[in-house]
Parts: sequence; C-alpha cells; structure tokens
Amino acid sequence: MTDDTDPHSERLDISPIDSSNEISAAHVRAVAASISRREPTSGLVWAMRDSWTEATRHLRIVPRNVELLIFATLQPVMFVLLFVYVFGGAIEVPGFDNYDQFLIPGIFAQSVVFGSAFTSIGIAEDMQKGYIDRLRSLPMARSAVLIGRTFSDLLRNILTFVVMLFVAFLTCFRFEGSLLEALYATALLLGFSYSLSWIQAVIGLGVSSVEAANSAGFVWMFPLPFVSSAFVDPVQMPGWLQPIARNNPFTIATNACRALYNGLPVGNDAILTIAWSIGITLVFAFVSIRKFSSSTVA
Amino acid sequence: MPDANAAVVAEGLVKTFGPTRAVDGIDLVVPRGVIYGLLGPNGAGKTTTVRLLTTLLRPDGGRATVDGIDVATRPAEVRARIGLTGQYAAVEERLTARENLNLIGRLYHLGRSEISARGTDLLERFDLVDAADRVVKGYSGGMRRRLDIAMSLIARPSVLFLDEPTTGLDPRSRLAMWELIEELEHDGTTVLLTTQYLDEADRLAQKIIVIDTGKVIANGTSDELKDQIGGDRLSVTIARSENLQSAVDALRQLTTGDIEVEVDDDGTHLHAAIPIRRPDGASCSPCPRRCRRRCPQCRGPAANTGRRVPDTHRQACSRG
Repeated sequence: MTDDTDPHSERLDISPIDSSNEISAAHVRAVAASISRREPTSGLVWAMRDSWTEATRHLRIVPRNVELLIFATLQPVMFVLLFVYVFGGAIEVPGFDNYDQFLIPGIFAQSVVFGSAFTSIGIAEDMQKGYIDRLRSLPMARSAVLIGRTFSDLLRNILTFVVMLFVAFLTCFRFEGSLLEALYATALLLGFSYSLSWIQAVIGLGVSSVEAANSAGFVWMFPLPFVSSAFVDPVQMPGWLQPIARNNPFTIATNACRALYNGLPVGNDAILTIAWSIGITLVFAFVSIRKFSSSTVA
Repeated sequence: MPDANAAVVAEGLVKTFGPTRAVDGIDLVVPRGVIYGLLGPNGAGKTTTVRLLTTLLRPDGGRATVDGIDVATRPAEVRARIGLTGQYAAVEERLTARENLNLIGRLYHLGRSEISARGTDLLERFDLVDAADRVVKGYSGGMRRRLDIAMSLIARPSVLFLDEPTTGLDPRSRLAMWELIEELEHDGTTVLLTTQYLDEADRLAQKIIVIDTGKVIANGTSDELKDQIGGDRLSVTIARSENLQSAVDALRQLTTGDIEVEVDDDGTHLHAAIPIRRPDGASCSPCPRRCRRRCPQCRGPAANTGRRVPDTHRQACSRG
C-alpha cells in the first residue's frame, strides 16, 4: 500500500500551539476534524475493502431472510426433481446410457445462471430505496457497490449449488470423473454465472422498479438453457436453430461441465467457457460501473 | 468572490434535464456552523441543488465548492467532507442500527475504534440506544429518520445536507426532529436543509433561500423575508370616495414604515400592504439560563452566540 492510498498515513497539519500554552476549543475542534477526515482514495486496496464491506451488508442479511433463502434454494431442487423424474425416462441422448448423467449438469448450469437474477433485483431495490444515493455520496470506491453485490450473490449461489448437488446425489447422479474434475466443472459454472450477474447489474441499474427487475432479469435468460445442449442434444433441433444452440455460450459451459462431471474429454469447451466468462465480465462490469457512476434516481 | 471560508458556495449553478432547467443559475453562500434553509415548492429545484452540491449530479454550468473544494473537479474529496440524508430514509432494513452505523463508518474509511465510539455516542444522542440491536425493519418513521441522520454524521462531516428531513413524519416526530437539528447547530455542524414548509424554515434556519423554478427568488432571514413579502394586508371599503385620502392617512399612522396603497378604479376600495413593525432588537439581552431556544425577535440561537433574547423570553425561561 502506497502512502497516497492509505488514509491513515495522512499527516495532520496542526499549527503550533500559541505561547500561552492554552489549547483553545477551536484548536481541539480543528484537530478532531482533521483526525476524522480521511482523505478519499481510489486505490485498489480500498476498492477491495469497500467491496467486501458492501458484500458483508448483503451476506449478513441472508440468514435473516429465511423465507427467501428457503425458496431460492427450493427452486433449483424442484428443477432437478421434476426434470429427472418427468423427462428422465422419456428422452434418449446419443452417447449417454443414463439421461440423468446428461441432464443434471444442464440443470446445474441453468440453476446457477438463473441465480444471477438476484443481482438485478438487489440493485433495483437499493436504487428504489435511495440507498444507492447514500453510497454515491460516500468517499468509497465507485466500483465497490457492484463488486460487493455480485460477489455476495456468487457466495449465495455457491450455497444453492451445494444443496442442489446433495439432492442430485439422492437421485442417482454420480461424478464419473475425478473429484478434481468435478471441482473444476463447478468452478466453471460458478464463474460463468458470475459473469452473467454483471449483465444483471446493468439491468438492475437500468430498470425503474424492483418488479421490473424481477421480470427483466429473468426474461432474457430463459432462452439460454432451452436453446442449448442443457436438456437435449442440439442435433435434435430444427436445422436453423442448431448453429444458435451450438454457439450459445450456455451450451459451451454446459458441455464443459458435463464432460468433466462424467470423466469425458472436455476439448476446447473449458477454455472457451473461461474466455466467455472473462469477456462478459469485463464488458458488462465496465458498462455497469460507468452507468452506476452516472445514473441517478429519477 | 464570496467568503473563501464559507462551508458551501454556489455560483451560477445550472443543471438541465433535456429542455428543463431544473437549476437555473443558483448562487448561495452558507457560512460555517449555521443552519441554512432551501425553501420552495415541489419541483422548485431544491433536491437537484442538493444533488449537485453532494456530487450526485454534475453541474451543466456554474461552480460549487464545499470547504473550498470544487464539487465537479474533486468530488471524492468533497464526499469525505459531507453527510447526506436524502428524502427517503436510506437505511438497510434488515440490519440493526448499530450495524448500519458500522457499515457507513467503514465506507467513510474510519478506524474501527473510532466507528464504535462515535456510533455509541450517536445512538445515545439520537435516542436509539434501546433499539440499537434491533433490526431496522420494525422502526417507526421517526426512528428511521434519526438513524438516517446519525449515519450521515458518523464521520463528523463539515456540512450536513438534509433533504426534506421531516417530510412524512407525524407532528410529534417532526417536533423531535426539529429539536435534534437545532442541537446539531449548537455542536457547530453546518446544515443545509431543504423544506417545503415555511414554519420549518422559520424555526430552524438562520437564513432562508427561497427557490422556485430553479432560481433564487428571495434570500434572507425569515424576518427579512416576511418584511419583503409578508406583513399584514388590509382591504378597506369606504362609503364615499371623497373620504379616501383621510382613510389612507389613518392607515399610515398604523406603522412607522412606508405602506403601499392601491386604490380600485371606482375609488371606494383600497388595499394596503403594511410592513410588520418590529421592536428594536437592542432590547434583547442574553438568556441567563443559556437555554437552547431561539430568540423570537432576532431569530438567532440565543445560548450559543451570545445573541440577545427579549425580557419576555427571559421571564418565561427562568420560570421554566
């Protein structure tokens, strides 16, 4: 940490006490004021600390909102159970004896991706309450509000993922590859979902109400898992749809984690998933942080 | 050049939204340690002015400084010196009061021990000690507002901006909020508050800046404003038009100042604006009790500045 980024290194500019050796009230006030007045910083360290402070704001709330926690976790669990038991026997996919092994990674991908919708809702809520205005009037890093939000949503998503994984094991899903491959697959999914929460941040900053964020956050994501390899092989789709489905980044992420969970060769898909995730994050983090710095509550 | 020592200075501040000039050349100077009021109806540009001064909006014209620091070119430094309480209580509902204070203290980059000491102090002063560890969701409107202001004060800002601090409060909470704001002034905090209510500006603000359609339309102490635009207005109907002059002469005796008289065409109706006659301020003497009431005549904070209070106040005060 360099001097100019550390507020604690600020030197106090205090005029020498006058010859009477009396400390005037004004003098004390001046000292007190300069002690408490930290110089603002734009340093990376402060940006990280501010982001963490903001993340703790959201994380503290998670256990206090038990309803939301339960229902947010139930939804992906429902998806696992419904798809496995309703479609499980009906669909055959070339190359897989057991549809569950094909399907469940797709549902994992869908669930973590849908989990990113919390970001737009949370940001819209802060905007509506005027909380964002308060934060914008503080000497904190501009990026921290959004980084803190997306990061805490990522942690929440991990929690959902663990519960979902547990339920998947209760059906008959198994890691066919190594544990390391499974962790790699999981990290790919969560990273991809994190990149989408930056798109959600742009949406949350753009809509005028929480209700709008709720719909707008979901609607664009809906086609992603359906026009993809999550539930069926794209070969079974109409010809014009196949190229879309095959190049959908969601397909790439699903294929990567499906291969890794099943111990199959992953090819370029893992690298491509990482590239997509980084690309989306960079572009939308840039857009949303710019938007955040300039946006106002109407 | 306005006083460089002033807490807030705006010169020809302009903000446009499309064709609307929300703030249309506002000039103001707020000295240190006083409460100034921005008074105006809804949509007058009060909130936009506050948003410009607190770096939430970038001015389209003119300039503004807080503590001598330009809000447009050095916003980060301005932010470290201000506290903002917006129109909506911007508190995190699912956190406790203490957690809210702690969070904002950390975002002001204060040290841990300073946050906890200052937080405890503020909770006491704002009468939130009993509720300090309860989640804010169950708070009343008045409590939320108090917490909101406490959060803005955690870093001892040079200037506190209060945007309509009593809007939506019940009469009792409103009164409590007024007392609290008056106490801030006694501590030497500079406050710029916006309000739609004349009585609020009258009671709290040493000087009132009246704005409408983005422009300053009047500016002064509440008495000066009342003298300018207020006073009594009499409408007199006289039976015979030849008596008009004697009626005017009679009215002139009511006051020492000039009165303006308008006469209707038929010569039997006249309207007179009579300035308020004010007793000589010299009759005020310092309140011996050093009570925190304002002098009702000179409107100054009596105890703090050694301003004078009238004998009637002194009597009332020593009885109380």
